[in-house]
Amino acid sequence: MKKETWKELTIGTINLDAGNSVKNLTGTWRSGHKPEFIADNCIQCFFCWLYCPHFAILVEDEEVIGINYDYCTGCGMCAEECPSKEKSIVMVKEEIKLAEGGTT
Amino acid sequence: MSTLKTLNGNQTIAEAVRQIDPDVLAAYPITPSTAIVETIAKFKADGLITGEFVCPESEHSAMSVCIGSASAGGRVMTATASQGLALMWEMLYIAAGLRLPIIAAIVNRSLSAPINIHGDHSDTMGARDAGWIQIYSENCQEAYDNFIQAFRIAEHLDVRTPTLVGLDGFIISHSMEVIQVEDDQIVKEFVGEYQPVYPLLDTSRKFTVGPIDFTDYYFEHKRNQIEGIENAPPVIEQVGKEFGEKFGRAYGFFEEYRMDDAETCIVVMSSAAGTCKDAIDELREEGKRIGLLKPRVFRPFPDKKIAEALKNMNAVAVLDRCSSPGAFGAPLFTEIRNALYDYDQRPKVVNYVYGLGGRDIRVEHFKEVAEELDKIAGTGKVEKIYSYVNLRE
Ligand code: SF4
Ligand code: SF4
Repeated sequence: MKKETWKELTIGTINLDAGNSVKNLTGTWRSGHKPEFIADNCIQCFFCWLYCPHFAILVEDEEVIGINYDYCTGCGMCAEECPSKEKSIVMVKEEIKLAEGGTT
Repeated sequence: MSTLKTLNGNQTIAEAVRQIDPDVLAAYPITPSTAIVETIAKFKADGLITGEFVCPESEHSAMSVCIGSASAGGRVMTATASQGLALMWEMLYIAAGLRLPIIAAIVNRSLSAPINIHGDHSDTMGARDAGWIQIYSENCQEAYDNFIQAFRIAEHLDVRTPTLVGLDGFIISHSMEVIQVEDDQIVKEFVGEYQPVYPLLDTSRKFTVGPIDFTDYYFEHKRNQIEGIENAPPVIEQVGKEFGEKFGRAYGFFEEYRMDDAETCIVVMSSAAGTCKDAIDELREEGKRIGLLKPRVFRPFPDKKIAEALKNMNAVAVLDRCSSPGAFGAPLFTEIRNALYDYDQRPKVVNYVYGLGGRDIRVEHFKEVAEELDKIAGTGKVEKIYSYVNLRE
């Protein structure tokens, strides 16, 4: 993604590209751990969805169905907060990849 | 038709506010600027202004209200002093970063501790890197004139940078002076209609104000901000000239007093410059070739212009009404000495800190400084680069 020079930017930090945070793939920040969703344990309490700071919990037909790894930073909050008897989200190791796109 | 009115510094600012009638006035009263806020409140109660008058719970909130209102698209102002400006600190940087042309009248006052309500420049000098344009006034008339011009400068589309106008606490804010108040309509015309840039109230466009920047954009946005204040000099010049054409009092970056054949020079800002002029007159009568340079615009700093005006002097004393503990001299001094560095021929420059917490500086004190300058000019030697005026040693 080509980034603007200071001369090309709009005055006063104004961002005319409203909603452009979808382009900011915060998943590229993940380093070493990612959450894994175990559907069979899930009680659909939505705590993970509530706590996730990056809206990375995937929901379909009003049910939690997994993780959006484009935006999940691997912070582990969902796994920590998940209250089901057997955890429905666990953190697992993943290989560190060098990011492409996204922000540094 | 302009009229002569007897007003003190605070009232002159309030008078200009009434004439300009900004959309939003948000301020928290603090000595010695209280009367500005009080008088504006009275104007509002009497139906003399239409702008919203907001009295929030602190100066931090006052500047926050200014930022919100200016982002919404309003012409906005505040007034404060000392601790009040200090409490606005983090918001000052935000106003500048968002390029909001907010206008602030700052009644210059010392900073605690020890607590003191009197005039010095510690407050605005502390904010000198906040990104605001800074204009200083010698007397009530200049405070009125500068305040009116500030709107034109800050709001110019090339500039769009918040601007503060300083006037000395008590010495100016509370001293009555006969000033020329210009006609309401002509002042309104001079200031002109406000044109907001990307106002949030324009709901036909989608955009974000004040988003987060990471390491990949912050630097570019900061550079973009700097451009605004760097574009200000020709605008300040033009507005000062136009003001002169319209009202008969022209303004530049600084005033030179009896500088034509001067060999030594005292540099001092704001109210003390008035006293200094009397000292210069007396010294001139004694045959001394001394002049005064009174900076008006401190940010953006007119480095080349000041250096050109001073480069042929033998010795220059820069008087700062604030200290900069641990630094190599106080702010005005470091700027001026730095500006002269690239000249092969340049004067010896010394620094005096004076008037902290409202301590008087009188004609005899300027004469002491002049005597020291004579010595330096005669011997070419500087004994003390940094000293104090009227301090018990
Ligand atoms: S690890 Fe953090 S970012 Fe990723 S889904 Fe869980 S809460 Fe969201
Ligand atoms: S917090 Fe755990 S149990 Fe609750 S919805 Fe999320 S994954 Fe399911």
